[in-house]
Parts: sequence; structure tokens; C-alpha cells
Amino acid sequence: MAIVSFQQVSKRYAGGFEALRAISFSVDPGEMVFITGHSGAGKTTLLKLIAAIERPNQGTVLVGGQNVSAMRSTAIPYLRRKLGLVFQGQKLLYDRSVFDNVMLPLIVTGQPYREATRRARAALDKVGLLDREKANPVTLSGGEQQRLCIARAVVNRPAMLLADEPTASLDAAYASEIMDMFSAFNQVGVTVLLATHDLQMVEKWGARTLTLDHGKVK
Amino acid sequence: MRAWLQHHRISLVKTVARLLASPFSTLLNVLAIGVALALPVGAFFLLGNLETMSQHVSVEPQLSVFLSANAAKSDIADIASRIKGSAGVLSARFVSRDDAITELKRVAGMEDVIATLRRNPLPDAFVVTLSTRDSAVADRLEHEFKSLPKVAHVQGDSLWARRLDALLHLGRTAIVLLSIVICVALVAVTFNTIRLQILTQQEEIEVCCLVGATRAYIQRPFLYLGSLLGMLGGCVALAIVLATARILNSDLAQLATLYGADLQLRLPEVSHIVFVFGACTSLGWLGAYWSVSRHLLVFERR
Repeated sequence: MAIVSFQQVSKRYAGGFEALRAISFSVDPGEMVFITGHSGAGKTTLLKLIAAIERPNQGTVLVGGQNVSAMRSTAIPYLRRKLGLVFQGQKLLYDRSVFDNVMLPLIVTGQPYREATRRARAALDKVGLLDREKANPVTLSGGEQQRLCIARAVVNRPAMLLADEPTASLDAAYASEIMDMFSAFNQVGVTVLLATHDLQMVEKWGARTLTLDHGKVK
Repeated sequence: MRAWLQHHRISLVKTVARLLASPFSTLLNVLAIGVALALPVGAFFLLGNLETMSQHVSVEPQLSVFLSANAAKSDIADIASRIKGSAGVLSARFVSRDDAITELKRVAGMEDVIATLRRNPLPDAFVVTLSTRDSAVADRLEHEFKSLPKVAHVQGDSLWARRLDALLHLGRTAIVLLSIVICVALVAVTFNTIRLQILTQQEEIEVCCLVGATRAYIQRPFLYLGSLLGMLGGCVALAIVLATARILNSDLAQLATLYGADLQLRLPEVSHIVFVFGACTSLGWLGAYWSVSRHLLVFERR
């Protein structure tokens, strides 16, 4: 069964802009999918519909068999706990340490403290930031901040990672480092949906590609 | 269950830490709430004191019916049955002129005065207790008894007591109104404080929402904050009232020795103090809840 399934999904924003027009596609568990397209093609909207940040105007969005488009708002947090989100604008919290940023999802989901610290350290280790755990995120470089976001996204061991332009503001070396990480998570069975406009990278990684053009699947 | 308790502990610790992080603004906030609350709380206790003083005074509506000096035993029986048969009368007690003079003799200093009298100048009387405080009924009965034969005079004893009672009633109403206004102010102050707090923590709330925080989790620290503000405000209010009562009591003691009486403001009872704390905490919670439910809507799915 598909882990993500869109059936004739449309999203129109207030003001009339149509981000998605009746698109249908599905993603199998364990797949890695690039979502490409020009800016404004609807990549971010697509990811937001999966994470129930936006609600579609038409059609059905199924995630893990659940109908997200009709989901009650009290059920949404439990959906998001199964997802790892790496979104644009990073949204790191600069009033606390690197370690505490990674701890947040664990505290929110009520992990016992000891288990949570162990997991947070493991996640930081995976992205190579364990020696910076006491630092403030402000002091990290762009690439390191992006890695911190990834650590925060994977710390709850999600079944699926959603990443929106994770390599956008990074130079080529950092970008491929980040891509290596996503690919490593994919290899251990995590489904990865990655929005990017960097076609060179898509070519280089050669995974399945879903191209959006003015809100439609090409 | 353990996770839930851990959440509560973390929220509470975080809230206290947040209050201590900006001690000056916290202090001002709490003072503003406390001073405002001190008004109705203080007035409430003052009124409580007045009421206990007034309880020594009978506020039961009474009429005294004085008979003329030439009333015979049969007249008295007649009048007694007429009085007891009237609507609005609870009971009637006959005080004979002999009883009245013995009673008067008991009052200090009166015995010598009475001894100088050649005969008992007091009339027979009835003390009539009415079943209602309605002044119209009292007026009607007063009129009715006056027109009975052999009745010399009817006096509404309890008029001044009724006036005091009405004044106390007025005071109580005024305090209730004042309390309502102050409560609204308390809710408004916490509402606004929480709103500002939500604005400064917008980023954290957003991140929490994205990593799967429930609404209850996000609301919790703010509800704690509102309740704490209310409770601390209540503390300040009570401290102000108690300090004022102490200062006034030392002055009152001086005054009391001059009058040879015992005047003391009674301090609020424990149950009242608990009530004030409870009310302040609930109102703080209410303001916070209202604010949170309005301002967290921004983070809901569009």
C-alpha cells in the first residue's frame, strides 16, 4: 500500500492563486522521490498538504492510509509525529542550545528524559554535530544549521522525511553532504520526499522524479 | 500517565523560569493585579466587620404598642387578640407596667431616679414582632394599632435598624459591582499578558506544532502563567489588606481605650483567604484560556 497517495487534489489560496490543480500520484514506502519544478510550481504546497499544514480544496490526500484532508485537528499532531519535516526558513530556536533544539520533539511526544537524551545524542552524532551540542544554533554555519534541522527531523524516528529545498542556500560541497544524509536515511527504510529546483542534483542522484508545472504533474 | 506528569512538571518549571527571567515586568504585573484586587477584598472584609457589629443589634422588625393608663384587663385581652389576629404579625409579647419598671430598675443609675417617683409613670405595652421586613406592612399595622381603643401610642422600634440593614445591603451591592469590574480587569490583564507572551514565543509554538505537539501541550504553560499571575496578584491583595488591618487595629486600640470599649477589626477567616486565592487563580486561568484560544488559532491548519 502506498504511504502517500494524492487523488485529484487541488489547492487554491485566498486571492485565487491555484497552487495545485487536480494532481494524482502515489509514493510507496521506502521510496526516495524528488519533487521538482520552477518556483511557484506547487512543490512546497504539496509537502504542506502531506503534513496537514494546509488543507486541500478538492480531492483526497492519504498518508499511511489515513485521510489527511478530512482529519480532525486533534488527530493532526499524531500524524506529524510519524513525519520528519525539514522546511524552508529552518525555524531553529535560537534561545536554546543545539542539544535542546533536538530534544524538543522528544519532549513534545513525552519520551522519558533519559531515553530522550540518548536519542538526541544519537541523532546529533548521525549528522556530525555531537561536539557542538552545547553551542547556540546562531554560531553554526549554514550547512551545520541545515544538519541540525535534519537531526531534529529524524530524532523521533519518523517513517517519512519531507524536505523542502534542503540544499537551497548551500554551496555544492555542503549540498552533496546533506544529500548523502538523506540517502543514508532512505537506505535504512525511511521514505524521503524532497522538493528541489536543482535539476543537476536530481540527475546526479537519479531517484524517481515528480515534476510539477503550474500546479500539474508533468 | 508518566509522560503527562512530566509535561506538567516541565510546563510549570518553564513558566516559573519565564516569570523569573523578567522579574521587573513580572513584579509590576503582579502589583497591578494585586492593588486592583485589594480594593474589593478590603471592602469585603470591612463590610464583614460591620455586619458582625450589626448582628448584635436586632434587625427584626418590631412595633411597640403603648396602652393608655386607664386600660382595663378586658381591654388588654381584647387588644391582644386584635394584634395577634392581624396579618403580618409574627408574635406579640405583653409587657405590663410593673414588668417595665422592674426592667428599668435593672439599668445602672436608674434605680435612684425611679425611687424619686411617687407612682409608676410607665404604661402597659405590647412588643409586636412582624413577620416581614416590608416597611409598607409595618406602616399599615402601625396605623391599624393606633386606631384601636385604649391605645395611646405606636412606635416603630426597628426603623433605625432597618436603615442600617439597608445601608449594609447597599454596601454589599456596591462591593459586588466593584468586584465584577475588578474581575473583568483581572481577566483583561492576564489576557493581554498572555497575548504578548504568545507573540514572543511564536517561533517555539510554530516548531512545536510541526513536531506534533497537541493543543493541550502548547496551551499548558500559558494557562499556568495566567493562573500564577492571578494567584500572585491575590497574594499581594491579601498582603495589602492584612497590613492595612494591622495598622488600623493599632489606631483603633488607642481609640478604644479612650472610649473604654473593645474595638478590633477582625482579620479574614482562613476559608475566606482560600476563597480569594481560588477566585484569583481561576480568573487568571480564565484570562489565559481565552487569550490562548484566540491567539493560537493562527497556528491551526488553513
